[in-house]
Amino acid sequence: MYDFAYEKPTALAAAVASLAGDMDAKALAGGQTFIPVLKQRLNKPTTVVDLAALGLVGITVTADSVTIGAMTTHGEVALSAAVQKAIPALANLASMIGDWQVRHRGTIGGSLANNDPSACYPSAVLALGATIVTDRRSIAADDYFQGMFTTALEQGEIITKVIFPIPQKAAYQKFRNPASRYAMVGVFVAKTAAGVRVAVTGAAQGGVFRHAAFEAALSANFSPDAIAGIATSADDLNSDIHASAEYRAHLIGVMAKRAVAGT
Amino acid sequence: MNAIFEGIGASVRRKEDLRFLSGRGHYTDDMNRPGQTHCVLKRSDRPHAIITSIDTSAARAAPGVVAVFTHADLDADGVGGVPCGWQIHSKDGSPMVEPGHPVLATGRVRHVGDPVVAVIAETRQQARNAAELLVIDYQDLPAVAHIADAIAPGAALVQEAAAGNTCFDWHIGDKDLVDAAFARATHRVKLDLTNNRLVPNAMEPRAAIGDYDAMSGDYTLITTSQNPHVIRLLMGAFVLHIPEHRLRVLAPDVGGGFGSKIYHYAEEAIVTWAAGKLKRPVKWTADRSEAFMSDAHGRDHASTAEMALDAEGNFLALRVATVANLGAYLSTFAPAVPTYLSATLLAGVYKTPAIYAEVRAIFTNTVPVDAYRGAGRPESTFLLERLLDTIAHDTGIDRIELRRRNFIPTDAFPYQTPVALQYDSGDYVSTLNAALKAADWDGFAARRAEAKARGKLRGIGVSTYVEACGIAPSKLVGALGARAALYEVAQIRVHPTGSVTVFTGTHSHGQGHETTFAQLVASQLGVPFENVDIVHGDTNKIPFGMGTYGSRSLAVGGTAMVKAMDKIIAKGKKIAAHLLEASVDDIEFANGNFTVAGTDRAKSFGEIALTAYVPHNYPIEDIEPGLEETAFYDPANFTFPGGCHVCEVEVDPETGVTTVVNFTAVDDVGRVINPMIVEGQIQGGVAQGIGQALLENAVYDEQGQLVSGSFMDYTMPRADNLPNISVGTETTLCTHNALGVKGCGEVGAIGSPPAVINAVVDALKDYGVRHVNMPATSQKLWQIIQDSSAQPAVANLSSN
Repeated sequence: MYDFAYEKPTALAAAVASLAGDMDAKALAGGQTFIPVLKQRLNKPTTVVDLAALGLVGITVTADSVTIGAMTTHGEVALSAAVQKAIPALANLASMIGDWQVRHRGTIGGSLANNDPSACYPSAVLALGATIVTDRRSIAADDYFQGMFTTALEQGEIITKVIFPIPQKAAYQKFRNPASRYAMVGVFVAKTAAGVRVAVTGAAQGGVFRHAAFEAALSANFSPDAIAGIATSADDLNSDIHASAEYRAHLIGVMAKRAVAGT
Repeated sequence: MNAIFEGIGASVRRKEDLRFLSGRGHYTDDMNRPGQTHCVLKRSDRPHAIITSIDTSAARAAPGVVAVFTHADLDADGVGGVPCGWQIHSKDGSPMVEPGHPVLATGRVRHVGDPVVAVIAETRQQARNAAELLVIDYQDLPAVAHIADAIAPGAALVQEAAAGNTCFDWHIGDKDLVDAAFARATHRVKLDLTNNRLVPNAMEPRAAIGDYDAMSGDYTLITTSQNPHVIRLLMGAFVLHIPEHRLRVLAPDVGGGFGSKIYHYAEEAIVTWAAGKLKRPVKWTADRSEAFMSDAHGRDHASTAEMALDAEGNFLALRVATVANLGAYLSTFAPAVPTYLSATLLAGVYKTPAIYAEVRAIFTNTVPVDAYRGAGRPESTFLLERLLDTIAHDTGIDRIELRRRNFIPTDAFPYQTPVALQYDSGDYVSTLNAALKAADWDGFAARRAEAKARGKLRGIGVSTYVEACGIAPSKLVGALGARAALYEVAQIRVHPTGSVTVFTGTHSHGQGHETTFAQLVASQLGVPFENVDIVHGDTNKIPFGMGTYGSRSLAVGGTAMVKAMDKIIAKGKKIAAHLLEASVDDIEFANGNFTVAGTDRAKSFGEIALTAYVPHNYPIEDIEPGLEETAFYDPANFTFPGGCHVCEVEVDPETGVTTVVNFTAVDDVGRVINPMIVEGQIQGGVAQGIGQALLENAVYDEQGQLVSGSFMDYTMPRADNLPNISVGTETTLCTHNALGVKGCGEVGAIGSPPAVINAVVDALKDYGVRHVNMPATSQKLWQIIQDSSAQPAVANLSSN
């Protein structure tokens, strides 16, 4: 990696100030993407602002929501008895991210701020209609994801927590990229009082997206058979050595069916 | 006591694991020399280009930079190119095209990763910073990466001297005999198949430290090598012109090799030469990205195989044509892999009377290809065992019956094949029977039906194989083009109190030699296991040696130890005869005691050792003091392990995902010294074989960029990709070495890939599938299923 200055502020305002005042300063959450990027010299920040001392950790469950601090690790979410009870699909999703080492460092806030198109968390946030709370505002999931590695966050804006409404039912099915183990196709299905939401990660060039046809069919009839005949267009899906766009389109259907069956 | 619990046949725990498992191994990158500098290589990001200019001025001026070297600096010192250790002759008698392999690219780059400039600085960080300041101008040339593109008419030439990109066009066997057999055959079955290119990916990336002592003029190279003496020979004699007594090569703990650390690499020469130039140590350590683009790759063959059979399914003749991709330059043993290490195995375990094979080796704009675990034998085994199942498919003969019908009979050994090799021993029926029983072959139909009820396609596959290892008789390989000998060396030093140090020319990089060899020596000399120490990996300590590859360490290196021990025992008998006042012919040695035959008069091994070093009462007129012997052992033949692997898979027809649910290996590796280590070696080999069959693939795009250049895209097998692997052995002894050992390092990777693919094809048989090339990825199988559903099943048969 290139040389950079390192800060570890203890107050949120100080962290925001450090990041806002320097376009080339970067926030460090769990570092499970950012540190490898630095080691490969693919990024040259002036200052790395470590968010670990801001107290943004912890899980709070109420009757209708699960709130997760931005610096809470995937491992903590996966192993949380409260999350396992309130939204088991969310704990299950967290348990499928990376390996133990990654899960004990990687954080929900880091994942969402990065918005890797193959990350798992964006599908849960979008399907559950979660709210992303930052140092300055609350952002609805539908407004947050704006394309590959692109979000509604402003320069220097820091996610503090994520609030997940508790659904009636939900499930996540992940088809791993055989090499990287990222989601080659990940489908999160949530049944809520307001209807069914289906979010797909890993598959599309623009990152996570909602599957309108599946949502309509499942809102009418929440069963695997309801979407069995619905083909997903391969347009705008990723194609690489592991999976063509057509294969990904097919897997979206299979993963969605299995998710519904698994709720 | 020790002979019982720690001798031959005991599963002694590996003594080296204490340091390996507690993080206290001592690897090349762990070492640092006073005043050490760091080397970073600027590598080509172009598959094929002319270097029009190199501007090093900014890099030279960067902080901490000690030196920046290009090929011009090497040329000025007369540094030679990286040599090739094996020369093949084409059908017409002409030698292979052997282009230069410059240490730093000279005039042209020929693959992504070709080293161009060496930047040496006080720290690695400074060297990396400076390397980014290099300005290299290239004029891009058309590149070829794939076999089909490289052999197409008018293809761009990778090496100017190699017309048609052909390095050699070689053949073996009797073409006329084969043609005649095909003419009269009842069945002719033909199969086109590829053997996918692999990246070895040893856990420890390569590293090298060069050092120079200006007072003595001695050079030292510490390197991640499987064979330090070979590196000393190749680099000293051909590249840097340093005589052996001035060059010490150390290969300390090495974290896996699988063949990729046999070869002499440019980086070793760069750091050694630069150390002499700068009068300071120079260290280079590859990062994983560099490993992908600079470690020699494995496999990458495309073949057509045809078998002629009579009406009863007896093999009449085999015809094979292979194109082997050797990459941009000739790596150390590259020419031997598709020829003498592969085509000579085309008889397999079958009594095919006539065989003819042609091998065209070609250059491409890719990383050089060389031996990788199995080295040629996995390629021929995959070809044969896929062809066997294809014959069964096309003729309707049961695949097990087809194998039994054509096996070399157990009473036919020694068996001379039509392709040069003479198998000394084997029993293919017993390994087949044992494997089928252990795998419950007969109960498969029920398991298939049960899987079908769960929506899964279950398949079972078998492979029966033999391989040639324990390389090799020097005279024979010399006649076949080897530019080196392949004997092994052992020096046994018995210390005055009877403990023993063994110096071996083989090298352990995960195989457990420190344990296996100690068991061997302890049991032969009758001394406690813990009193035997194994020393390897240092050319200044060990007389000589050819290193570890080709499953040779025990068969060749271990036999050298036996020869040295025989000398120790013979001398000990003379000493004992003197002390016991008996005739030397009456002295027997067993269980650590020299005894006068038929009496209880004895001297222990320790007493004899002490007497040898304190020769107060000693036959000094007849023998010298001391108890230390050296032996060179040149094997009389290859060894021929073989066996049977059975694989059972389930394919998810919705996703195309294959899960290996059962794997059974029953191998004949000759006498087993440590069953636990043998089981581990076979399991590791099978893991790599399953990796090749289902997961691993080095993918180049049309332009010559390595697409699978990191673990993000190169699928290494992981624990959750693997089943529990059941390992059994059925033993016939090697007839030409003292221990009866054959070798176990590669059998797992040789026997398993066709068993896996045969199982996959079996799982998909209702879809009319005749063959699937490796790796059988989920995408590939899903596409096959899709295509089959869209068309009549028979349309998926490849045409003959």
